[in-house]
Amino acid sequence: MTGSVHSALMPQAAAALTTYHATGIQDAAGLLLAFPLAGAAILLLGGKRTNSWGHYVGVAMPLLAFAYGVAAYVQMLGYPAAHRSRELTLYQFIDVGRFQVPLGLQLDQLSICFVLLITGVGSLIHIFAVGYMSHDPERRRFFGYMNLFLAAMLLLVLGNNYLALYAGWEGVGLASYLLIGFWQYKDSAAVAAKKAFIANRVGDVGLSLGIMLMFAQFGTVTFQGVFAAVPSASHGVVTAIGLLLLLGACGKSAQVPLQSWLLDAMEGPTPVSALIHAATMVTAGVYLIVRSAPIFDLTPDARLAVAIVGAVTLLFGAIIGCAKDDIKKALAGSTMSQIGYMMLAAGLGPAGYVFAIAHLLAHGFFKAGLFLGAGSIKHEMNEEVDMRRFGGLAKVMPITWVTFGLAYLAIIGIPPLSGFFTKDPIIDAAFAKGGTSGALLGTAALIGAGITGFYMTRVMLMTFHGERRWDDTVHPHEAPPVMTWPMIVLAIGSVFAGGLLIVDNRLLNFLGPVTGVPPTRHGLWTWSGIVALALVVVAFGIAYALYGRREIPVTAPAGSPVTVAARKDLYGDAINEGLLMRPGQWLTRLSVFFDNRGVDGLVNSLAAATGGSSGRLRKLQSGFVRSYALSMLVGGVLLVGALLLVRL
Amino acid sequence: MSNFPWLTVAGAIPLVGAVVIGMTPGRSAPGSPADRRARDLLVKQIALVTSLVTLGIIIAMAVQYNTGGPRFQFTQTYQWIPQFGVHYAVGVDGIALVLILMSVVLMPVVVLASWNDVEGGSNPAGEPPARRSVKSYFAMMLVLETMMIGVFAATDVFLFYVFFEAMLIPMYFMIGSFGVGQRQYAAVKFLLYSLLGGLLMLVAVIALYVYSTHGGHQGTFLFTQLSHLSLSPTVQKWLFLGFFIAFAIKAPLWPFHTWLPDAATAAQPGAAVLLVGVLDKVGTFGMLRYCLDLFPSGAHFFTPLIIVLSVIGVLYGAVVAIGQRDIKRLIAYTSVSHMGLITLGIFVMTSQGQTGATLYMVNHAFATGALFIIAGFMISRRRSTLISDYGGVQSVAPILAGTFLIAGLASLALPGLSTFVSEFLVLVGTFTRYEAAAILATAGIILAAIYILWMYQRTMTGPIKPEVAKMPDLKGRELWAVAPLIALIIVLGVYPKPIIDIINPAVTKTLVEAHSTNPVPPHPAPAAATAGTTSDVRHRARASHVAQAQAASKRVSVTLRQRSSA
Repeated sequence: MTGSVHSALMPQAAAALTTYHATGIQDAAGLLLAFPLAGAAILLLGGKRTNSWGHYVGVAMPLLAFAYGVAAYVQMLGYPAAHRSRELTLYQFIDVGRFQVPLGLQLDQLSICFVLLITGVGSLIHIFAVGYMSHDPERRRFFGYMNLFLAAMLLLVLGNNYLALYAGWEGVGLASYLLIGFWQYKDSAAVAAKKAFIANRVGDVGLSLGIMLMFAQFGTVTFQGVFAAVPSASHGVVTAIGLLLLLGACGKSAQVPLQSWLLDAMEGPTPVSALIHAATMVTAGVYLIVRSAPIFDLTPDARLAVAIVGAVTLLFGAIIGCAKDDIKKALAGSTMSQIGYMMLAAGLGPAGYVFAIAHLLAHGFFKAGLFLGAGSIKHEMNEEVDMRRFGGLAKVMPITWVTFGLAYLAIIGIPPLSGFFTKDPIIDAAFAKGGTSGALLGTAALIGAGITGFYMTRVMLMTFHGERRWDDTVHPHEAPPVMTWPMIVLAIGSVFAGGLLIVDNRLLNFLGPVTGVPPTRHGLWTWSGIVALALVVVAFGIAYALYGRREIPVTAPAGSPVTVAARKDLYGDAINEGLLMRPGQWLTRLSVFFDNRGVDGLVNSLAAATGGSSGRLRKLQSGFVRSYALSMLVGGVLLVGALLLVRL
Repeated sequence: MSNFPWLTVAGAIPLVGAVVIGMTPGRSAPGSPADRRARDLLVKQIALVTSLVTLGIIIAMAVQYNTGGPRFQFTQTYQWIPQFGVHYAVGVDGIALVLILMSVVLMPVVVLASWNDVEGGSNPAGEPPARRSVKSYFAMMLVLETMMIGVFAATDVFLFYVFFEAMLIPMYFMIGSFGVGQRQYAAVKFLLYSLLGGLLMLVAVIALYVYSTHGGHQGTFLFTQLSHLSLSPTVQKWLFLGFFIAFAIKAPLWPFHTWLPDAATAAQPGAAVLLVGVLDKVGTFGMLRYCLDLFPSGAHFFTPLIIVLSVIGVLYGAVVAIGQRDIKRLIAYTSVSHMGLITLGIFVMTSQGQTGATLYMVNHAFATGALFIIAGFMISRRRSTLISDYGGVQSVAPILAGTFLIAGLASLALPGLSTFVSEFLVLVGTFTRYEAAAILATAGIILAAIYILWMYQRTMTGPIKPEVAKMPDLKGRELWAVAPLIALIIVLGVYPKPIIDIINPAVTKTLVEAHSTNPVPPHPAPAAATAGTTSDVRHRARASHVAQAQAASKRVSVTLRQRSSA
């Protein structure tokens, strides 16, 4: 219906932008980093002394950062749209030749969106964790790491250059490593933490090479400088930078082929999952692409790669989500899938950037709500996460049921909840891209919407409805208020965020100066939106038939080959093991052997030969001084010889 | 105070300390075991105070260093052997200054960390070393400190050579007599390797002198005069090799590295820190100071080869480190990998590469030093160097595990910690000239994550092994040894500029002497966009960019339409 209109209207890249010095409240943007960093420092260096009150500090710091973020946002709204990009330099970080990197912060429309999401949703998760972690003797350390996580993520989105972004980027990797492995006394947690860090590092290689290529080409790594110079670079270079950034984004955002760490990352306490999946970390890849819009605007090839990665991942994650009986892993598959939507949108260029961010913000609410709900259940069910052991929880945990249910309706895109507003424009924009690729990407996004409806309904039914399948050793009841209130706030966000962002083009008008303006949408109802909704209804019916009307066996049935594959994360680990780990192990063993026998053996036999025999070698040990004198003598002879030679 | 002989005084103090230690009553002196312990304690206290005083002197000197001043400062030149033009000549440029700072910072740390090593503290077998003389161990450490200051401060090639070779002797004994395991084998291997390189260098040093006499000049070993010598390219190549092989063995550069894992494993942790932290740096310092400056065309000739060897070393050292079962050997191999990055940074001949390499020398000493020291503390508790003998240490000794993790994260160059700055500078400096080398070396950061985190996982996390269940956490003296290194790792990671500002001018001069300039970016950003935030308002030059973006998206939509219609 509107497709033809879209292809006629070219999306508008961002207009010329001016960046001003931050003034007033914004001039203290360093506080955004300082609050959570101070929290982390107090809690981690303070040690056991802070055990009794540490979590209050841990919650206060994100809240203070959020309050500051709101103030900075209000100040920003006071400026006309073209004057909203502000920056400040904390200090000069590196200064070697042309390589001049300030530790500079940039407050603009894009970064303030992330600041509010990170600190706002992050604060709610912190509050929830006060209750969730109340029995853990290491709760203080947990809050220390969580604060560190926020600080790293804030640096990532606030940095005004790629190196500062990279520092936050790897800092996020560290914090996730510490938190996924928080219960490090479990081998599985320690392994999952390491896996997450290493998979992320593979992506980091891409990002760091991208930064190096920028510096080699443009002599700078600041956003300003790179974006100003990139139009003069060759198409090949721009595409290479784009693809390297994409590799980085794949690692951090758990996109195919670097997705495998995300499912294992469920080893961390549930608030960590909420933080990783909703407010921080996996959104970083989307941020990187959208922030680098001036680069991707120039390289349709790299953009297409981003869109393809997003489309593949959105299906990949959705399929995995269908097969998991572990509620957290089903939600993790869902995160992969939803981030896939955002990547797909980002890959559409100016036509999609805004929608990627809109979906990211809405997703922040409903995914955090889902994870906190799952945490609330897990907390009450003695750490049980197998949905086959749940059932009928709606009656005993009504608040969790309602909040989780609203987030559920939001993620599957039921109007007028958030997901409907933010997902449909992505599907629509994918079709509007036109051509074969547009049709394929759009179809993938449509199918994904249907599958989302299926697996989320499955989660909902298996967890809250039907017969209770838990045994008498657990006595679930509603979580304490410190846990339910954050869930309620997030549920409200899940309901309204999407509409608030999309209706009247609010987010679009706000972000437009940074991300460019997509073609005008005509009304909320598009044919793709109607088809998507129809698919969701069908998927709901199928899921209801399978899980709502029938008894759910406590042990999983064998399942079809597809189910088996999906349970095994579509063999992501098997592929990694066969392609990377096994050959790597052989290479390592071979190298160690070679080093001991080859290089060293050669040198040893050489030494023995020059010494005449290995006996000499021993003799040298015993009569060290004498031999040293002898060596000196030989040296002297050589010296004289050399002198004579040269003089002649 | 401008004429105060800072370097000579700083260098002499440890020697005096060693002599004072030598005058204290020895083991054979009469007395009860308690008396003997008291005497040993006195020796350690003298060593600690001496190293702290030296540190104080060097810091007092460093604050007076003028980064914009002449290349060599705090210089002194006296004739030593006039017949051969040998001088006692000392002075520091920015590179030598930070390396001396690094050495004297490490020394009190090492003294503290080695406090009980002669009594068998860090010995896996729990036995004291063969020779149980606290006196000679700490005296040798101080003598070594004098030589470390001397080798970096010397501005006379002969004097440098004397220190370069003489350093072997205390280290040889520290490994061979006070080490553990296959200490004698390791010590002899270390000595033979170093002697071989040293002799080649000696030939080159003499030849250099001879060339300085050509044309009827008075022969000299003074660096400042030798660097103005005009040598033919052929001569440069040979002399370069003579120096370079000695330094490559010392560094060590692949494939000359095999002595290092043996020596570092056999040495006590403190000695390993000095070996890997300082002695190795003498090699890379020598390359930067002597190989580039004296033989620029020789250096340029061999640069491709050295870059290849460096990249191999980066990856090879990391892969072999992953496969190690012994903690100390593993750390030693990580150093082979890191030293590859340092030589890479030196020979890519860019200011980022060389500044990064110099900074890396300093940062690597602190990070790897911390790793060795903390591993040593752990070994002294469990009496094993095998990784598989540990597990779950984090649950019983969180401070030990936490500091070990920070040191490990520094080793894998995490941003926010010091090594990141140096590693990124090296890589970015490499990328501007040799993209392939940079790409390969950057892949090494994945391997670094694997060897550090896998080691951490196997030793520190998981269920608590029964043998480590009673392991006490770091305390007192141990914390004082570790804390300064951890603090430096973090401070230099967050705010590296003061050190970079000292190094950078020296590197710039070295680059000029080596006839090299930084590559110019083909598409430099307009000055307005790179000026930082100093200008009040800046306009993003995006008008043309927008036009191009629109053109590009038009192009692609056209091609897509064509494709879909076809």
